[in-house]
Amino acid sequence: MTTATATVPRAPAQSRGHAVSTFLHHHVWVRLAALLSLPMLWLVVAYLGSLAAMLVAAFWTTNAFTGAVVHQTTLDNFHELVSQSVYRKVALRSLGVAAGVTVIDALIALPMAFYMAKVASRRARQLLVVAILTPLWASYLVKAYAWRVMLANGGLVSWLLHPLGMKGPGYSLGAVIITLSYLWLPFMLLPIFAGLERLPDSLLEASADQGARAWRTFRAIVLPLLFPAIVAGSIFTFSLSLGDYITVTVVGGTTQLAANVIYDNITTGGNLPFAAAAAFFPIIAMLAYLLAVRRTGALDNV
Amino acid sequence: MSRLPRTTGAAFAGALVLALSACGGSSSGGGGGGSAAPAVPKIPMATQVGAGEGELDLVNWAGYAEDGTNDKSVDWVHPFQKATGCIVHDKIGNTSDEMVQLMKTGQYDGVSASGDATLRLIYGGQVAPVNTSLVPNYATIQPFLKDRSWNSVDNQMYGIPHGWGANLLMWNTKSVTPAPTSWGAVFDANSPYKGKVTAYDSPIYIADASLYLMRHKPDLGIKDPYALDQKQLDAAVGLLKDQHKTVGEYWADYTKEVQAFESSNSVIGTTWQVIANLIAADKKVSVKAIEPSEGSTGWSDTWMIAAHAKHPNCMYKWMNWITSPEVNAQVAEWFGEAPAQSLACEHTSDKTFCDQYHAADKAYSDSLFYWTTPTKHCLDGRGNVCTDYSQWTQAWTNIKG
Repeated sequence: MTTATATVPRAPAQSRGHAVSTFLHHHVWVRLAALLSLPMLWLVVAYLGSLAAMLVAAFWTTNAFTGAVVHQTTLDNFHELVSQSVYRKVALRSLGVAAGVTVIDALIALPMAFYMAKVASRRARQLLVVAILTPLWASYLVKAYAWRVMLANGGLVSWLLHPLGMKGPGYSLGAVIITLSYLWLPFMLLPIFAGLERLPDSLLEASADQGARAWRTFRAIVLPLLFPAIVAGSIFTFSLSLGDYITVTVVGGTTQLAANVIYDNITTGGNLPFAAAAAFFPIIAMLAYLLAVRRTGALDNV
Repeated sequence: MSRLPRTTGAAFAGALVLALSACGGSSSGGGGGGSAAPAVPKIPMATQVGAGEGELDLVNWAGYAEDGTNDKSVDWVHPFQKATGCIVHDKIGNTSDEMVQLMKTGQYDGVSASGDATLRLIYGGQVAPVNTSLVPNYATIQPFLKDRSWNSVDNQMYGIPHGWGANLLMWNTKSVTPAPTSWGAVFDANSPYKGKVTAYDSPIYIADASLYLMRHKPDLGIKDPYALDQKQLDAAVGLLKDQHKTVGEYWADYTKEVQAFESSNSVIGTTWQVIANLIAADKKVSVKAIEPSEGSTGWSDTWMIAAHAKHPNCMYKWMNWITSPEVNAQVAEWFGEAPAQSLACEHTSDKTFCDQYHAADKAYSDSLFYWTTPTKHCLDGRGNVCTDYSQWTQAWTNIKG
């Protein structure tokens, strides 16, 4: 009885809150809109909107003297990009670097991840994961400049290679591939490690019971099951390498990559429309890569 | 996952429509990339300098706003802050192009612009005319730096001259023998220093090659390194492509050149005096920097105030501070350039400094080829047959390959 009288004064407030929740309960779409409107606004306006604005800018041109953008639709930028052989050369070089870094990272990450997931003790595994994650906490620039010092004349790399009668790569395309491979290794290693952890040990044992040797087990059991993980890692390493312009300026010597052409046209040339047109290349290359990956079926279970 | 392309496509289309509708209003105007200089935008000029706003945001060349972090004895920022209450935030611009881009953001109050940036800033409406009567030290600036084509329009000054000097040839005295006397040392395709040559990473460096061609290939008919027709530009590009094979790396960031020389990754190349001074101060390698026999390209810098400066009073105070005899002498000695302030010569620690840099020598000053923006309308008066800066930029990408 007392509880009933006590609730009476609070009833209007409660019922108002109740009404709102009832309303939301019955109107799924309103609920969803309220929940998603902010993230969607971010995605569409800030994220895709700025991307689209950039792509539209590719069809504009600039005033040669002041560098001010002239809003006049033209295909000149694309014509320039296609007709000048230097841009083809730079594009091919960039694809080569991205592919090279991806392959090197996959070759390093596979045995490392296998050791971490299947061989190492629990404690060692935790330590290794920490060891791989720690460099991600350090600034990208610090790591790139560390490699600049190591690759310098008489630096660590040439000092290590000297007794073997070899010379370091100096500041060159090779130095870029080495540095990028180092920078992006965790992005390849972690997906493969996660993939291997999900791979039941019993499969490996069964394969061994059937008399398969290590290589056969790897090729017939591990690799097919791991393929989606490798692809996931390769998407990271490929796209990150394709978009990089800082490592190239730090250790690349005279090398320029696609992202440098974009960057130089913004900072040096002051030609935003041309930079936007040049940005089509990495976007198209990435889309083509994703489509190719999709055809292999690697994304089906992601 | 198989729905990915459709959703992505729809999102793209939606975003594109959004962007197009957003831009529709402004898609007219602009008026084509014409060559003739457009009218100067009307920007109001200050009529008085009030109390400082407490902050000052600068874009400047390395070495122009020293606060003692590079060398404890080199500090004219802290005394300025003490005297005016304006806290200085300086952003180093590595190239003129970068400075123009930074000024376009509208976040800065002023810039130390070279001649290849000044006119772009004036005609782009990024900087305001300067009321020189509000800068007392302007009166004693070297007369041959006033009302010049790169710092004024119709006898209206757009800044206060700061200093000027030449781009130099620097080499490591231990690795490079005999000592070079000509720019030929960096333009030799069979250079014994292959892989250790360095060059400035900016399209404006094409002028260095055309200056060399002007002296050594007279039949090309180059009169001004910044006024090149297509044939002359092609010749300069050819020379720079040959040079590219010997270049170890290009530099735009001055710290990068310091480090490359100190690790002997570079042993010869173009430089500024301030870089040679920094390397000398570190004492890791021994270098020498000279102006070669062909003469040099150079710069003449001007402090300009942003059209919409948030701290205009502090900027006016800074322009007066940096051109005061004592401070201008300090900057000039640190950077290695001729001071614009005629009275600065009495305040240099090395009394022969101004003579070394020909600070009062108008004839010498006129013999340098100052950085300026190449335009379609030839700077040497040949008409509309020249290549403009956007062509130089494309050519520079081509040279780097």
